Amino acid sequence: MTAALLDVTEVHTYYGDSHVLRGVSLAAAAGAVTALLGRNGMGKTTLIRSVIGFTPPRRGTVRVRGEEVQRLSSHEIARRGVGLVPQGRRIFPSLTVEEQLRIASRPGGAWSLDGVYDLFPRLRERRRHFGGQLSGGEQQMLAIGRALMTNPAVLLMDEPSEGLAPLVVRGLRDTIARLRDTGLAVLLVEQNLPLALDVADTCYILSRGRVVHHGPAADLARDERIRALHLGV
Amino acid sequence: MTGRRALLVASAAAAAALAAAVPSLGLPQYYISLLTQTWIFGIAAMSLDLLVGFTGLVSFAQAAFFGTSAYMIAVLATQYHLVAFWPALGIALGTTAALAALFGLLALRGEGVTFIIITLALNEIVWGLAYQWVSVSGGDNGIAGFIRPPVFGLDLSGTAAFYRFTLAALLVCLALLAAIVRSPFGLVLRGVRDRPRRMAALGYAVQAFRYAAFVIAAVFTGVAGVLFAYYNEFVGPVNLSLDTAVQVLIMVILGGVGTLLGPLAGAAVVVFVSNALSNLTQRWELILGAIYVAILLFARDGLVGIGHRVMRVLGAAARGAGPAARPVMSPPPGGRGEP
Repeated sequence: MTAALLDVTEVHTYYGDSHVLRGVSLAAAAGAVTALLGRNGMGKTTLIRSVIGFTPPRRGTVRVRGEEVQRLSSHEIARRGVGLVPQGRRIFPSLTVEEQLRIASRPGGAWSLDGVYDLFPRLRERRRHFGGQLSGGEQQMLAIGRALMTNPAVLLMDEPSEGLAPLVVRGLRDTIARLRDTGLAVLLVEQNLPLALDVADTCYILSRGRVVHHGPAADLARDERIRALHLGV
Repeated sequence: MTGRRALLVASAAAAAALAAAVPSLGLPQYYISLLTQTWIFGIAAMSLDLLVGFTGLVSFAQAAFFGTSAYMIAVLATQYHLVAFWPALGIALGTTAALAALFGLLALRGEGVTFIIITLALNEIVWGLAYQWVSVSGGDNGIAGFIRPPVFGLDLSGTAAFYRFTLAALLVCLALLAAIVRSPFGLVLRGVRDRPRRMAALGYAVQAFRYAAFVIAAVFTGVAGVLFAYYNEFVGPVNLSLDTAVQVLIMVILGGVGTLLGPLAGAAVVVFVSNALSNLTQRWELILGAIYVAILLFARDGLVGIGHRVMRVLGAAARGAGPAARPVMSPPPGGRGEP
């Protein structure tokens, strides 16, 4: 197994006095999809926020390509190779598609405007449209394309399938697989269990701020007992 | 598209030529001086729009920068006998930039309402200083006794000459601000306005960009302050009071946030309407307030938004498409969508 591009060790994160993450450790390797599962409110999004620095952990370490980043501010963490596809997509409503991709551009890697347009030909057709005029699926493409334009090593995806039609989710699955094949370390937070089990290599299950299960996705797909216990399905 | 752009450039050039010709049209001096005020406050309103409309920062400290520049001109001329235009302009703008650099550090410690309140407090400090530091500022009496110096050998003492000078300054500021807004830097500012957290996740130091916009806007407002000092040949505490800060903010909102030209139109309306009303009645501020409230209630996108809607209704009528009274409810293109 290759060395992990993202390495989270014994992270404790609080919202005020509320102790949300209680010693979470996980790793995401290059060229692999690591799924983070769990019921609502178990700390999945908080983990994403801890990695990107929106809610820095109070204890524990976050390493990106071996370098500790948990004391850095968000923009410094992003510059060290962390891309984020946020929950709810959060595109810029009053910038055009092309402006949003250009604004994100950090040259020095494989991804460029043309590369993103080749991945999502639909965005090329819509490049002069404003973010607010896009459909949910197009917004998701834009959110992914925007993160890719920063040429990240680690891609954090927070509930990318949320609110998308089944056909669009299938396209999303293929996109995630293609990104994995380019060598990205993908950390995927998902409520859509079939999607996660289908595309992920490794799964972590969070419950009440702790990792309660960790193993290959194929094992979890077979193990009905663990799924029932921690995911309620 | 290129045809439309050519039309736009041509109409802008025609508007500028018309504006330059105004003093030769035989208008009373009163109106020429109101237009001069419009150009001056237009610069202040456009530079505030760089903050409000393009960066998403509402600042009440603009009057402090406007007034500091104006006071610098007056103090340099009356106490240091420095009357030459370019050195005085340089010192006034340099002082304003330094003040903005300091104020930006303090105000940008907060976001949203906190930022607004800090700028308001800072503006009050500067006002208090001007009011009470009598040996330098003349206190409530302000500073008089300085006149417009020649620029490029041109005598600006006449109303028409100074009018053309302020118009030229306005056009230069407009061109520079438009270039800033359209540059990659301006694109980042708009990203910061829409979704600051997203910009951080894309690797941008959001506060550094806000800081840069704050200082740039202050310097442009300083240009307006310098022009105002020369226009009035007098400065007083009112020039850096909260009243002035609010008035410039109203120009921006009235004209249309994030449009640059809208705030210029807003400046024209505020200058002309407040002067016209104050000739008619003592209660003119009451009427002006009612107009502002009406605009905020019924035309949140300001004069530019009203213009867009009128054009659309006219366009529909010209095409004969359906009943002309069909309401147009959608926001103008480029308007701020819901998050």
